[in-house]
Amino acid sequence: MSVDTATVRRVARLARIKVSDEEAERMTGELNSILGFVAQLDEVDVSSVEPMTAVVATAMKQRVDVVTDGGNPAAVVGNAPVTDDDFFMVPKVVE
Amino acid sequence: MTDLTALTIAEARDGLAAKQFSATELTGAYLAAMQAARALNAYLVETPEKALAMAAASDERLGRGEARPLEGIPLGIKDLFATEGVHTQAASHVLDKFEPAYESTVTANLWADGAVMLGKLNMDEFAMGSSNESSYYGPVTSPWRRNGSNMALVPGGSSGGSAAAVAARLCAGATATDTGGSIRQPAAFTGTVGIKPTYGRCSRWGIVAFASSLDQAGPIARDVRDAAILLKSMASVDAKDTTSVDLPVPDYEAAVGRSVKGLRIGIPKEYRVEGMSAEIEALWQKGIAILKDAGAEIVEISLPHTKYALPAYYIVAPAEASSNLARYDGVRYGLRVPGTDIIDMYENTRAAGFGAEVKRRILIGTYVLSAGYYDAYYLKAQKVRTLIKNDFETCFAAGVDAVLTPATPSPAFGIGEMAGADPVEMYLNDIFTVTVNMAGLPGLAVPGGLSADGLPLGLQLIGRPFDEATLFSLGHAVEQAVGRFEAPKWW
Repeated sequence: MSVDTATVRRVARLARIKVSDEEAERMTGELNSILGFVAQLDEVDVSSVEPMTAVVATAMKQRVDVVTDGGNPAAVVGNAPVTDDDFFMVPKVVE
Repeated sequence: MTDLTALTIAEARDGLAAKQFSATELTGAYLAAMQAARALNAYLVETPEKALAMAAASDERLGRGEARPLEGIPLGIKDLFATEGVHTQAASHVLDKFEPAYESTVTANLWADGAVMLGKLNMDEFAMGSSNESSYYGPVTSPWRRNGSNMALVPGGSSGGSAAAVAARLCAGATATDTGGSIRQPAAFTGTVGIKPTYGRCSRWGIVAFASSLDQAGPIARDVRDAAILLKSMASVDAKDTTSVDLPVPDYEAAVGRSVKGLRIGIPKEYRVEGMSAEIEALWQKGIAILKDAGAEIVEISLPHTKYALPAYYIVAPAEASSNLARYDGVRYGLRVPGTDIIDMYENTRAAGFGAEVKRRILIGTYVLSAGYYDAYYLKAQKVRTLIKNDFETCFAAGVDAVLTPATPSPAFGIGEMAGADPVEMYLNDIFTVTVNMAGLPGLAVPGGLSADGLPLGLQLIGRPFDEATLFSLGHAVEQAVGRFEAPKWW
């Protein structure tokens, strides 16, 4: 399978990364090279194979449903680029 | 007094216990060495005040006779580990000025055992790379050079700062992480010892996520014993990482020096790849001869799905990365580049914050996970992982205790030498290491000798799940036979 520049632009939009025309052009070639490389997997018959989920069989751990942390909004927003009164600030989303 | 930075962790531990020098003196020697080696660009941030405060606390404990396992041992920390109040950016611009309010479990374990933090080490951006050239903060220069050449070489990656700092004696040992070979390849390039433990052995909590089903933390150290000492402290079960495994952490150091007589070592014929250099083949044969002389039994084995590990990796790793890196949106931490609306702000922030290799992998990952492609790519790759894992399990069930391979297909290359190459060419650096991540197994890289032009070459030992101890025994046998390799100081 290979991609064209329009597909690269669509995927970049999905990934929320702005790309210039020149970047989209270059990335098309690079992505096709990688997709060509992974196409080797077409040779492998996986029809009766289960996907790998763990190295050694383990049951999913469960924990008691209790609050173990929190109550520290200043630390939570401490690294945010823009905050106001312990809220994260973003550009206006709803008119 | 001899140069304190020349001591291994085990030697420094003995010297501190015997009061030959203090933890403050030991830390001071490293801080001076770091200052003199800034040209290597191994450290992104030095934390001398914190280091000296920790060393003073260690001296107090040593004075009271209450030394912990790593009391006063100065370590470098890969920038991928969250360190409370200290620069943690995964060497990326998108995490600009991020200083976490929490500590990763692995580093917290090290500090609880008495270790001293010297600073944060350079790496490939988000651990995506094999040369440390994708760092936002510029490449790391290896302390190693080819015979008769001044050309700057890469230390490998992604844990390039960790490997270079250990090799150049800028820390006694370092933390590192390995998703496709990021501990073992730089260890091999710098003549150091690195181990990627079994998936689940170390907690991933507080380590910036790249590909969650593959990422594991491990140490890079001067020798096998030091790697064993560090892993013992780093490993733990952790309620904050449900994939960490609740198994007792063995005394790995006790395995160093243990006889390897009678151990059965598998030599996989599929690793004899086309175009393998005579030098790497000779290194491999030398490793086989060493283990045979030490009493191990050598058996030819087959791992038929080996060639599919790297292509499957380049689906699984980017897919998981695209999901993990979705969090960098300019809202909660790091860089923000304004835009006309919120989506424009996201797109501008991520365009400016991520480097070319990271963008490439996010796009590949987004593509293979996009509507209609999940089964054809990600699910299929996860099924191929089962086949790769089954290959190893078949060998282990037949009585193989460990597998011996070369660690890398070549010695270190020059900074910028691969710049014009196709991305896939760079990815081939991980051809011998990536199977181990795909199967979740432990893998140790240990120096095996020098190349014709004087650069370190590494051997890789692959073990059964949670049998790191056997790898330390075998690695030590190799080390005893070939010795240790140190880069002549030029910086």
